[in-house]
Amino acid sequence: MNKITTLKDAVARIESGMTVMIGGFMTVGTPEALVDAVVEKRVTDLTVVCNDAGVPGKGAGKLIRNDMASCFYASHVGLNPEFGKLMAEEKIDAVLVPQGTLAERIRAAGVGLGGILTPTGVGTHVEEGKEKITVDGREFLLEPPIKGDVALIKAFKADRQGNLVFRKSAQNFNPLMAMACDYVIVEAEFLEDVGAIDPDHVMLPGIFVDAVVGG
Amino acid sequence: MAEKISKREMIVKRIAREFKDGDVVNLGIGMPTMVADHVPADVEIFLQSENGFIGMGPCPPEGQEDPDLINAGNKPVTIKQGGCFFDSATSFGIIRGGHVDATVLGTLEVDQEGNIANYIIPGKMVPGMGGAMDLCTGAKRVIIATDHVNKNGSSKILKRCTLPLTAVGQANLIVTDMAVMEVTDAGLVLKEVAPGLTVDDVVAHTDADLIIPDEVPVMQVC
Repeated sequence: MNKITTLKDAVARIESGMTVMIGGFMTVGTPEALVDAVVEKRVTDLTVVCNDAGVPGKGAGKLIRNDMASCFYASHVGLNPEFGKLMAEEKIDAVLVPQGTLAERIRAAGVGLGGILTPTGVGTHVEEGKEKITVDGREFLLEPPIKGDVALIKAFKADRQGNLVFRKSAQNFNPLMAMACDYVIVEAEFLEDVGAIDPDHVMLPGIFVDAVVGG
Repeated sequence: MAEKISKREMIVKRIAREFKDGDVVNLGIGMPTMVADHVPADVEIFLQSENGFIGMGPCPPEGQEDPDLINAGNKPVTIKQGGCFFDSATSFGIIRGGHVDATVLGTLEVDQEGNIANYIIPGKMVPGMGGAMDLCTGAKRVIIATDHVNKNGSSKILKRCTLPLTAVGQANLIVTDMAVMEVTDAGLVLKEVAPGLTVDDVVAHTDADLIIPDEVPVMQVC
């Protein structure tokens, strides 16, 4: 099994209207070459799931600048004024989710859970329209899973079977998103032979990965 | 006061006295970040950064930044020996699960019931809540670091927050350039007054109802 492929082949399955998850926190841990390849495809009407809207012209900000997203799930969009403009003009459906809730909703999708119960957001705007469930006298919000069609993942090392190693704070949402999407594309800084990564050091099992490109 | 220090320095120096050895602490963006520089030498705290690590160290010297290592405010940082990295679900599991002993956050408004409003000004500033809601909800202690009054001179310490809330009833301690206040079941208690100010000065600049003990000591900022 060899999952290493070209950038063009890796993004071939991405189509307009899909839900695309992009790893990274303020663009650290975002696979920039994969995002560029998606931009080149000129797809539209994407639902993007990313911790933040990046910065203008970087990370998920590239999709914003090229008007490719109609819906965007994020915890923070404050560092990208281009996103703020689209939001003010109601040209994008911005779904702002507390960061921990975003992580856990993505994880829930990947691990087969029907949702999560979180105390975060109780008594705030976040609870609007959501079911509240009381457990042991404490109120929780029922938050549904977030599933994706495609994940764009950044890794430090990948082997041909897709086993991954992440580096420092570039890990963030990457392993969670890889588990929550039907088709998972990884951009890795280093490509390794199978067996080169100690099984004890694999941070995401290769079974979650479909395609790997060198970064 | 022996030496003149800035208002912000006074706030962060006072907050730095709140930790005990071994505490896991998350510092918010802006003024709260400065708290790390003033923790007493005999107290070791472990700084958690919500983008996925514990053991955060100071900014690296120029030229030694690592592109894979930033804090939650998008600034290059370092990691101390003994620190470790993890994914965002683990990071917020640490936060939501009550494993963070204290978080220090700035705010737009805070009120006498411990309600916090620090993430949105409708129609003006809509950046999103980031990790603030999880931190307020999950940290064992929420310490608010803020100027006592806003740019217009109005109190930021209110009877009732007017902006959309980040969390309900989660603030425990409020430290400003004028006072230290504790949120209790009975109400907001004035614990300390800044050097050079009187209790009346604080009351005059505070919208919230303050419970004033017989003796209110001077804020320790050295």
